[in-house]
Amino acid sequence: MSRPAIPESVCILGAGPIRIGQACEFDYSGVQGVKALREEGCRVVLVNSNPATVMTDARLAHRSYVEPLTLQSVTAVLERERPDALIPTLGGQTALNLAVALDEEGVLERLGIQLLGASVRSIRLAEDREEFRQAMTEAGLPVLPAKTVTTIEEGLAALETIGLPAILRPSFTLGGWGGGSAFDRKSFEDLLRRGLEASPTNQVLVETSVLGWKEFELEVMRDSAGAFVVVCSIENLDPMGVHTGDSITVAPAQTLTDREYQVLRDAARGVLDAVGVATGGANVQFAVNPEDGRYAIIEMNPRVSRSSALASKATGFPIARIAAKVALGRRLDEISNDITGTTPASFEPALDYVVVKIPRFAFEKFPGAEPVLGTAMKAVGEVAAMGRSFEEALLKAIRSLEIDRDSLEAPADLRAADDDGLAARLAIPSPERLWELAEGLRRGWREERLIEITAVDPWFLRRIGGLVAAETALRNPELDAPTRLAAKRLGFADSQLARLQGTTPETERQRRLDLGLRRIRRRVDTCAAEFEARTPYLYGSFGDRDEQPAARRSVVILGGGPVRIGQGIEFDACCVEAVAGVRSEGFEAVMVNCNPETVSTDYDAVDRLHFDPLHIEDVLDICDAERPVGVIVQLGGQTPLKLAGDLEKYQIPIWGTPRDAIDRAEDRGRFSELLRDLGLRQPPGRMISSADQAGAAGEELGYPLLVRPSYVLGGRAMEIVYGPDELAEYLERAAAVDPDRPVLLDHFLEQASEVDVDAVADGERVVICGIMEHIEEAGVHSGDSGAVTPPVSLPLELQAELRRQVRLLALALGVRGLMNVQFAIQEGVVYLIEVNPRASRTVPFLARATGMPWAELAARVCAGASLAELGVHDGVPSEVAVKLPVFPFERFPGVDPLPGPEMRSTGEVMGRGRTFGEAFAKAALAAGWRLPEEGKVLLSFADRDKTRLPALAARFEELGFELLATEGTAKMLHAAGYPEVRTVFKVGQGDPDIPHLLAGGGIDLVVNTAAGRKAARDAPSIRRAALDANVPYFTTIPGAYAAAEAVATLRRGPLTVRALQDDLGSKPPWAANLG
Amino acid sequence: MASQADASLVTLMWFKDTRARFVRVGRRKTEWEEIRARAMLSSALRMVTTSSLPRLLDSPRPAHLVLADGTVFSGFAAGAPAIIDGEVVFNTAMTGYQEMLTDPSYHGQILCLTTSHVGQVGVNALDAESDRVWARALIVQDLDREPSSWRSEEDASDWLRRVGVAVGWGFDVRSIVRHIRTAGAVPGVLATDGTEVDALVERARRARGTDGCDLAREVACGEAYAWDRGPWRSPSESAPAMDPKDRPPVAVIDFGVKRSILRRLVAENLRVRVLPPSVSAREVLTGGHAGVVLSNGPGDPAAVAGARELIDGLVGKVPILGICLGCQLLGLTLGGRTVKLPYGHHGGNHPVRELATGRVLVTSQNHNYAVEESSLPREVEVTHINLTDGTLEGLALPRVGVEAVQFHPEAAPGPNDAVGLFTRFAQRCRETES
Repeated sequence: MSRPAIPESVCILGAGPIRIGQACEFDYSGVQGVKALREEGCRVVLVNSNPATVMTDARLAHRSYVEPLTLQSVTAVLERERPDALIPTLGGQTALNLAVALDEEGVLERLGIQLLGASVRSIRLAEDREEFRQAMTEAGLPVLPAKTVTTIEEGLAALETIGLPAILRPSFTLGGWGGGSAFDRKSFEDLLRRGLEASPTNQVLVETSVLGWKEFELEVMRDSAGAFVVVCSIENLDPMGVHTGDSITVAPAQTLTDREYQVLRDAARGVLDAVGVATGGANVQFAVNPEDGRYAIIEMNPRVSRSSALASKATGFPIARIAAKVALGRRLDEISNDITGTTPASFEPALDYVVVKIPRFAFEKFPGAEPVLGTAMKAVGEVAAMGRSFEEALLKAIRSLEIDRDSLEAPADLRAADDDGLAARLAIPSPERLWELAEGLRRGWREERLIEITAVDPWFLRRIGGLVAAETALRNPELDAPTRLAAKRLGFADSQLARLQGTTPETERQRRLDLGLRRIRRRVDTCAAEFEARTPYLYGSFGDRDEQPAARRSVVILGGGPVRIGQGIEFDACCVEAVAGVRSEGFEAVMVNCNPETVSTDYDAVDRLHFDPLHIEDVLDICDAERPVGVIVQLGGQTPLKLAGDLEKYQIPIWGTPRDAIDRAEDRGRFSELLRDLGLRQPPGRMISSADQAGAAGEELGYPLLVRPSYVLGGRAMEIVYGPDELAEYLERAAAVDPDRPVLLDHFLEQASEVDVDAVADGERVVICGIMEHIEEAGVHSGDSGAVTPPVSLPLELQAELRRQVRLLALALGVRGLMNVQFAIQEGVVYLIEVNPRASRTVPFLARATGMPWAELAARVCAGASLAELGVHDGVPSEVAVKLPVFPFERFPGVDPLPGPEMRSTGEVMGRGRTFGEAFAKAALAAGWRLPEEGKVLLSFADRDKTRLPALAARFEELGFELLATEGTAKMLHAAGYPEVRTVFKVGQGDPDIPHLLAGGGIDLVVNTAAGRKAARDAPSIRRAALDANVPYFTTIPGAYAAAEAVATLRRGPLTVRALQDDLGSKPPWAANLG
Repeated sequence: MASQADASLVTLMWFKDTRARFVRVGRRKTEWEEIRARAMLSSALRMVTTSSLPRLLDSPRPAHLVLADGTVFSGFAAGAPAIIDGEVVFNTAMTGYQEMLTDPSYHGQILCLTTSHVGQVGVNALDAESDRVWARALIVQDLDREPSSWRSEEDASDWLRRVGVAVGWGFDVRSIVRHIRTAGAVPGVLATDGTEVDALVERARRARGTDGCDLAREVACGEAYAWDRGPWRSPSESAPAMDPKDRPPVAVIDFGVKRSILRRLVAENLRVRVLPPSVSAREVLTGGHAGVVLSNGPGDPAAVAGARELIDGLVGKVPILGICLGCQLLGLTLGGRTVKLPYGHHGGNHPVRELATGRVLVTSQNHNYAVEESSLPREVEVTHINLTDGTLEGLALPRVGVEAVQFHPEAAPGPNDAVGLFTRFAQRCRETES
């Protein structure tokens, strides 16, 4: 049988910035895909706008483009590189949509590029809800009664046949975005309107709601010879009605008889046939009626996805890697199963353990957002855990979440709720559901009642009930060995046992070890031990035989845990980069992490992987098993740092910056002392321990103030207040102030530029990785701020001063490894804001900008190498690089999208260019901004900013924009010589007011500066309206200037593209022995 | 929503309504009505709650597995208290415990299931592969206390106790598998009656395996019978229309036949008659059968008395389909040799290549013996091979309509990739008839 020739060069499209619904899983898939293609001898071209990814490391693909994932930009790359084929199935919906666009524009045909892994037809079929249903019906596969509509009228008419409740699913959107469940006519209309807007094709599927049916997923794979395998079956604990990304899930599925399971398996095959997925992986979702087993196909994704990343980690079967090879035409029986080394990939993994996935949410960052789970995904990250039983996996997963919980015990507010209150909560799916169910069971509610309210399957309820009942049994202070072992097998953490027993976690741990109850390592081997496994992919549990291989000089790298706002893929990229560093120094790199989405949990990327919670008990057990020569805690964000103290207590060798340095940087008093000793300046600050001290402190420090409570009552933790009454009001509303919970007040530097500097130090030398100037002014969290390197507005002497201060700090603190310093500069004076003696989230961005693998070098320093030996110098960006954040505000309707001192972005993009304008333009495009090249600009300034108004107005007028302004701003402009500026009505002042203008396309760009609490009455609704209309809005003046630069650049002509490899000079000495 | 309480009330109301709606729609008058009624009754009876403590904390009784080579594994006891010897085998399938336990092929064996939880979906009349549990004993990681499935008619653990099967749970089955895979299928003893390890070691040393045993005799039917029930169908799928006039009769030689084989034959609109293995070739041929199926069964193929004479008398005279043991018996009859595999193939995920088309089938397998490919005469065509170890998975004599496979095309449990074999067989039968 002839096989199509393997293409010489292949282009892979990435997924862009991390968003809710499309996140790290695509970095994992992309990296696997690139490696697989290289193995097959292909030259790989990669395009991804997200620099904080392992895949954009210039050593991975042959040609790496960090460029916007837009039609124009990707076309330019394709024209330059002329690959033979394009694989769009590894970059989420973004890549699929791009592939369709490239096809429609005739680019693929013109350049002779073959689409592999998915055809345009199958992409369309899977995403176009109506076509999908038709294809299913034609193939005799059951789907739910539904109708695709394109107008409100059609939608309301459809209700007659479909009835309420109904689910709305917009076509071609991501993570269910834009849809939802409607219970009454009014919410139906609202959702329909929003859905039609959200869908790029203005199509919404109105479907009978099967809320309460069980939800199953199958991850499947197929090759060109027609072989079909199910890689993983997944059962959702949350029934239909909650997006799979927001559901707690279990693999393998538990409550299907074999007959029923085979029916779904056969149906999945039928779905692939009907949609035309000839090669590659897919995810098929089913709804099954628990009463009578009837099923319906809900949707299918003809690409790797979040579920396939989970399935790959859960089973050990590397879906993306094999999908890439299969896309090239290889057959599954020709590809070897890496884990066993002797069997082919054309088989179905058998699991002898259970995997539980729990999503992680960030609702606390979005006050005003309702923590209600529905068909549009809201989770920002997830954890998974493996155990010999569902119970063990569930409890391990809970303590992996890092939400300060290690059990099913109810938090205080839940315990205090009365029965009716608890029932009301249970009726609405929320992130607390698991604990609410446990509480109901604890109160002795009958199973039937819980099923009635939540429709969670009794199998899960009984097991959760078992764990709850166990709590009482384990309170017995005479805990004998068999009972203790039983508790551990069920997943109970030593810390929970300590509470039940009235002792301490240390005591419980010691008792356990005295009894010989050590965790053993079990291997993930895809075959339930039928064959011998080669690859060390391990998890901890209790059992008879340990499968931990003998460790040889191992170094443990602690990962970052679940992705959350503020700590995500950037740290994962650092951890993965560190593996190479550890290896170059002659050690084995051992990774510990519980995040199924990331590259760090790819057993192929490390020497040994422990898929276990980043919880002190599990990490100590791993250290017992590994006996590492060193543990690296500075690359996984806050997670490993929090463990460092306990690890030291148990004499686990921590490599890198000593813990005391961390304390000196974090403890306010010690930090001030340090700065005083070094002669460095910080903004004046005070700590108050009661509300009456507030007034005096405010006077002394001078307004505005940045307020940071150590205990938050609700709402955002940090805020900027502009006067004593605002301060008092804030303290009353949002923060508790007492001697145990002090509040930090700092004078807030207005109109100051903020700068981030990352550095690597080895105790003697300090190398500056890069200096990033924030585009926004101080006041916006650095993670949410756009930034540019090299700085564009800082004089060289100032930059030299920053380097000097960083060096002083690094040496004084004894930093070994990475360090991040944040400065604010006001009128030429440098103030230190904070110092973080660990990797920061900007490290990967700098790595891409300067072409230097900073995390890898930091790991080598931790291992004892010296910067002098390595021959490393300060990083120099090859081009101007701009980083811009992306926000998830569209997922949280009603939330004010104002960037502030608390971080809320989910991801970032990077734009590179010869000039700042070019770099910013690319970054803006990559972030999805619709930068207008002409049109109307709305200016609305706070009083204190009005002096800077005329200059900005002049710039936009120069560019040919028509100026609009709100009343006060217009008056100022008229007076300053801009009589033609039109006044527009503020919100509610008249018709059309600003939100209406925005919705109707009457405004193309907004510059609207925040002005403290009182004056910002209208601002939130303007910001929200701009977001909903996808009109770029800027809340700071520097941001607006940046936009103007970008517009000017865009006017000059199409943007060029450049591979990272074009800018890499000759290899430095330290790179000599790297792969 | 005016308040959370309102929202929950609305949710409750429509949910109840929705559930009621779906229950009314789609019910048909079939045996399922009866089964559902029984299920609902048993569900009502279960209002009396069993202890909600997990088994591990509910005063579990100890159980021990001692292998002939002296290795000991310990866990807890459920089912019937007893001391059972048998050949210890494992199966990695994640579904289908009822089918496996009632599969006569497991006669004489202590079945260890690797999957984490067993018993989640209870047991029901339709999923039984025979009328009793044939495995000598069951060893699992966890045995569910209460099932959750609309198809369940009885708790798995109640059922096992009722029919007197000894169960070991809480064992580290993975460790057992890791031992067996290097030591081969080992005879052993399972004690669930509290007997201590020391008292079991001697008995384990003397425990018998299945080599040289004609276990097929022990499981086969004594008298011929007809079978007319087809496979289970999902309520979302409709049964295809069948022509009542086009029903060629076929004979199934019962060496331990799984009911799913019979069901698949009925699905091909064949009239099925099951015959005991003591039947003679002449009886089969004069019975007017358009085809013969040689069933699966337990034990050593070389020890099945009379099989070779029977099959010898049928080859060339009538289309034949051999499954599992049937395939091995055919191989022996045609002049080949069977060998015992180190630890057999036991799972629902084994890849097999169909040589004629190059297609890969994911198959269900349960066999300790295999036909040695090199021992077959040239006329016998090898049609399928196992992709993990290269062993023979199918042979044929196409000129005379003989086809046999080592794996289980009827699956149950397992994937349906190979059900086409039944269709091909039915076609051959029809061609013969006309």
